[in-house]
Amino acid sequence: MEKIYAIETSNLSIHYGNFTAVKEVAMKVEKQKITAIIGPSGCGKSTLLRAFNRMNDFVPGCHITGELLLHGQNLYGKDIDPVEVRRKIGMVFQKPNPFPKSIYDNISWGAKINGFKGNMNELVEQSLRGAALWDEVKDKLQQSAYALSGGQQQRLCIARTIAIQPEIILMDEPASALDPISTLRIEELMQELKKNYTILIVTHNMQQAARVSDYTAMMMIDDQRSGGVIEFDDTKKIFTRPGDKRTEDYVTGRFG
Amino acid sequence: MIRKTFEHEIQQVKDEVLALGSMVEHAIIGSVEALKKRDFKASEKLIAEDKEINRKRFDIENQLMILIATQQPMAHDLRLLASTMEIISELERMGDYAKGIANINIRMGEEKLLKPLIDIPRMAERGASMLHRALTAFVNEDVDTAKKIPLEDDEVDELYTQIYHELMMFIIQDPKSIERANWLLWVAHNLERVADRVTNICERTVFIATGEFSEINSSDG
Repeated sequence: MEKIYAIETSNLSIHYGNFTAVKEVAMKVEKQKITAIIGPSGCGKSTLLRAFNRMNDFVPGCHITGELLLHGQNLYGKDIDPVEVRRKIGMVFQKPNPFPKSIYDNISWGAKINGFKGNMNELVEQSLRGAALWDEVKDKLQQSAYALSGGQQQRLCIARTIAIQPEIILMDEPASALDPISTLRIEELMQELKKNYTILIVTHNMQQAARVSDYTAMMMIDDQRSGGVIEFDDTKKIFTRPGDKRTEDYVTGRFG
Repeated sequence: MIRKTFEHEIQQVKDEVLALGSMVEHAIIGSVEALKKRDFKASEKLIAEDKEINRKRFDIENQLMILIATQQPMAHDLRLLASTMEIISELERMGDYAKGIANINIRMGEEKLLKPLIDIPRMAERGASMLHRALTAFVNEDVDTAKKIPLEDDEVDELYTQIYHELMMFIIQDPKSIERANWLLWVAHNLERVADRVTNICERTVFIATGEFSEINSSDG
C-alpha cells in the first residue's frame, strides 16, 4: 500500500533572529501514524513541533525558511490563516491546561468559536469518549475541570483538541507530568487516536517513544548549536539497530 | 562515563558466560575421555556436574532479566542482552549433549567398545576448541572470527560422516555389533550437534555487533 504523507517538510529551518535553532529538516510524516521526535534537551524538538502549527508565530523574532506542507499546501503561504492551521493541527501540552470552566464547557467552547452548529451534547460525548474519559465524567459534566486528576485533565485536553476535529495532533511531552498509570492510559489512547488522526509526539521518555510510535526522528545539535534531524526511520529500527552512532549513544543512554 | 554501573554489570554477565562456557567445554572433553577410559565414576561426576551447568544458566538468565527490567536496554545493549539469553541456552544444551555421552558410557556397562576411539575424541576436541574461540569472539564482539569459526563445522561433519561409514561397515560385517555401533553413533551425533550450536553462537555474535541476522552456512562458506 502506498504511504500517504500528511506533512512534508523540505529544507525547513527555524530561526530566532540571527540564530538558527533548527536547521534544514526534511521529513515526511505519514498519515494516521505516530511519529516521535526524540533527542537531548535543547536540540530543537519542541521548536520543530511548534512550527507545525505555527505556534512559533507568537515568539518575537522567530521565522522559518524552507517549506512545510500539509497535504501539499504550504502552511506558511501568504494566504494561509494561522488560526485555521491551528484548527487543523491541534496541540496537547506537557502540563494539562484545561480552561477554568466546567468539563462540558471545556469541550464546547472551542467548538463554538469554531462555528460548530451541530448537536453540542453529542459532540461533547463523542469527544470525551474519543479521549477515553466519558465513563469517568459523564455524571459530572458541569463540575469544574479543575476537580479532575492530572491524568484526567490531560485526557480532557485531548478531548478538547479532538472536538474541533483536527487532522493532526501535536503532543509535547503529553505524559511527563503524569503518574505511570495515567501515562499508560494516554499511550493506549494514542493507539486509538491514530485510527483517525496523525500524531506527532515530542518525548524525553525513550521507552515511551519506542512503545507508542511508528516512526522516530532523532534530533541533535551541530557545532553551531543548531538542531537537526540526524536520523529518521522506523521506530523498531531506531531502537534495535540505529544507523547513526549518535542515535545509538543517545538511545542507549551513553550520550554526553 | 555515564552508565558505569550498567557497563560493569554487562561485563559481569560476559564473565559469567565465559565461566559457563568453560564448564561446558570441560564436560564435552571429559565425557569422551571417560568413555575412552570406560571410567564410570568420571561419567557419574559429569552427570552431577551438568546440574551445576543448568543452575548457572538460570542464574545468568535471572541476571539478564534483572538488567532488562532495571536498565531498559536499547539498540546494541538490547541486542547483547537478548542474544546472551539465547547463547546461554545453547550452552546449556551443549552441556546436555556431554551428559548424554556420559550416560551412554554408563549404559554400555561392561560391554567393550566396538573399536578404539580416535575420530570421536578428535570431534570432541574440535568442537570444544570451536566453542572456546566462539565465546572469546562473543566477549570481544569480534565479527571476523565469529564468521570464520562456523566454516570449521565442515570438518566436524566430515569426521561424523567418516565415523558413520566406519560403523556401518561393522554392522554389515557383523549384525551382532549393531548395539555397540549404535552407542558410538549416538556419541558422534551428539558431538556433531555441539559444533552446530557453536555456529548459532557465532551468528548471535554477528547480530550483536552489526544488528544483522545472517545464517552462516558452513558448506556455502
